[in-house]
Amino acid sequence: MLDERLHLSAGVPATRSKRKKEPAMSDDQDADQDDTPAIAKNATVDAVVAFLLLALGSVVIFEARRLGAGWTSDGPGSGYFPFYIGVLICISSVGILFQALLSKSRDTGTFATVKQTKQVASVLLPAALYVVAVTFLGLYVASAIYIALFMIILGKYKPLKSVLVGVGVSVYFFLMFEVWFKVPLYKGMLDPTSFLGY
Amino acid sequence: MSELNSLMQGFAVIMTPMNLGLMVLGIVLGVLIGVLPGLGGANGVAILLPLTFTMPPTSAIVMLSCIYWGALFGGAITSILFNIPGEPWSVATTFDGYPMAQKGQAARALTSAFTSSFIGALVAVVMITFLAPLVAKFALKFGAPEFFSVYLLTFCSFVGMGKGSPFKTLAAMALGFALAAVGLDTVTGQLRMTFGSTELMRGFDFLIAVIGLFGIGEILLSMEDGLKFSGKTAKINMKVVWETWKELPRYWATSVRSAFVGIWMGITPGGATPASFMSYGLAKKFSKNGSKFGTGEIEGIVAPETAAHAAGTAAMLPMLALGIPGSPTAAVLLGGLLIWGLQPGPLLFVEQKDFVWGLIASMYLGNLVGLLIVLTTVPLFASILRIPFSIIAPVIIVVCAIGAYTVNNAMLDIWFMLLFGVMGYVFKKLDYPIAPLVLALVLGGKTEDSFRQAMLVSQGDLSIMWANPLVGTITTLALTMLLWPLLSKLLALVRTPKVDDLAAQRPVD
Repeated sequence: MLDERLHLSAGVPATRSKRKKEPAMSDDQDADQDDTPAIAKNATVDAVVAFLLLALGSVVIFEARRLGAGWTSDGPGSGYFPFYIGVLICISSVGILFQALLSKSRDTGTFATVKQTKQVASVLLPAALYVVAVTFLGLYVASAIYIALFMIILGKYKPLKSVLVGVGVSVYFFLMFEVWFKVPLYKGMLDPTSFLGY
Repeated sequence: MSELNSLMQGFAVIMTPMNLGLMVLGIVLGVLIGVLPGLGGANGVAILLPLTFTMPPTSAIVMLSCIYWGALFGGAITSILFNIPGEPWSVATTFDGYPMAQKGQAARALTSAFTSSFIGALVAVVMITFLAPLVAKFALKFGAPEFFSVYLLTFCSFVGMGKGSPFKTLAAMALGFALAAVGLDTVTGQLRMTFGSTELMRGFDFLIAVIGLFGIGEILLSMEDGLKFSGKTAKINMKVVWETWKELPRYWATSVRSAFVGIWMGITPGGATPASFMSYGLAKKFSKNGSKFGTGEIEGIVAPETAAHAAGTAAMLPMLALGIPGSPTAAVLLGGLLIWGLQPGPLLFVEQKDFVWGLIASMYLGNLVGLLIVLTTVPLFASILRIPFSIIAPVIIVVCAIGAYTVNNAMLDIWFMLLFGVMGYVFKKLDYPIAPLVLALVLGGKTEDSFRQAMLVSQGDLSIMWANPLVGTITTLALTMLLWPLLSKLLALVRTPKVDDLAAQRPVD
């Protein structure tokens, strides 16, 4: 939702542009400048993604042919439609690959800076750990712990406040899902609410 | 005037205390979703969809569509007060909305945005009331080739009208189709692309994809900037509302023009964003104050907001009448219909009169209730954006995880959600459009079915797509759309194209 953050540039509102396109542009609102080096150029990531798509397209074509991409005794086979989809993926990924590697107008803008990558990882990795925790502890317990730790470690909040928010949110979701809408959620091996009959 | 009778019946259906309560709940939740980072109309509806499984379909759609209207209203709040467009189609609202807020006229800007949204939606709903039954009646005669050609047109329009690399649009779309094909093939009973995994037999649920792509992807993107919101405050009182309302009729020409641009573009998929930019550009050209646009002109808010809401509402027409959603959120609602056991498409108007007319009636009422709610509660919602991101972010990830889990009660889906989140982040950064991916994932099965049936009829002969004037016209139109990026380049060689100075700011959506 917030990706299209616009900001004032050179005074003329009609020439506002997205930050990611022109990383050199100064931002009136943020005081701190991000001058860490770029981890990759847009064109490089473009090429990698296009290559992955090409591989995926080949898998789809291969699988479609195995299933029967031709005409069977009772009509088109299971792979008939996916075959063309696989071809479409391959054609478009070759096009993107060409645009990213050989075209004159390829996008040499910064994909992300080191600082940005660190910030994204600081959300993504805990989120992955959270999903692991959900597998064992269930949604309610894991969510309370996750929110509390996120606030303490990344938000630098006081432990008491963080724990209160974490537990409060979990209790609220418990009431909303189990009590009001009667949708049971995964409770894991602790099953802390079994004494309530849920 | 049988439509009016049906509409009155629809009002009778939704005028129960429970439905009205759900309507208000939906609007409030929707505005909340529209204001919070990482939650938008599409994934908000996707997360809350499982909560409605036990409700009667009419109550469920009333609540969910009201979430949609609420989210549309909510987008304007962040655009004007925080210069952060809530949805791609609110980008044009920031051009004049934020400068007005900077000048201390936030209340005036918000009032005109909400009122224009309401008017845009109202015009579009009136159009749906009278046009949708006709389209549905017409579509009853459709066979498999006709349906496939309409699907083709839907997807080719993304290529023709989208911004950015047409290859990326194609790739995103084909990826959606490929993901939709995973799982059990309903015709032959064969397992497709599961590679021996029993978990993959269920296939990829589009709800998981929507929650991951839009929700987690946006959170990751927001995190890049470390997010420090610096917004303006606004309090709306009756005096400002009244004065703005007295001023708005002056811009009736802009409103009417924008509403029609919105309706026209809204029926084609992905139309809300181009519609808002187009009507902003047109308003700039035709207005006396055109040169002052971008410095806080009220007309610069009226035009994009009216068009975006007209388009967002008009997107419901193809969903109701043909079973083809015009926007990702409409696609999620369509998925809801299937889950509640309703068959979307032209037969809906014959078999589920209460449902269809209840929904249309709720569009009238929901937008009116929405207008009243947002006008009275703006300060409350604006204060939500002042909650620090380090509290909001984990809570939203938890909400997304719960939403992903409840779809099928499967743990693996939460992992898929995270995976789609990373994909959404990379795709957004590289300007791959997400809407065609979601629509292909939702419509993949139906598109394939109609293609297979058409091929079965013709024994594999593609010329059936030109078998009669109707299907031939639609197919030709679709192929023109598909080749439009190429054709427009050829045209540019013949005569110098007009320079569109707004094109650079339009986001890929």
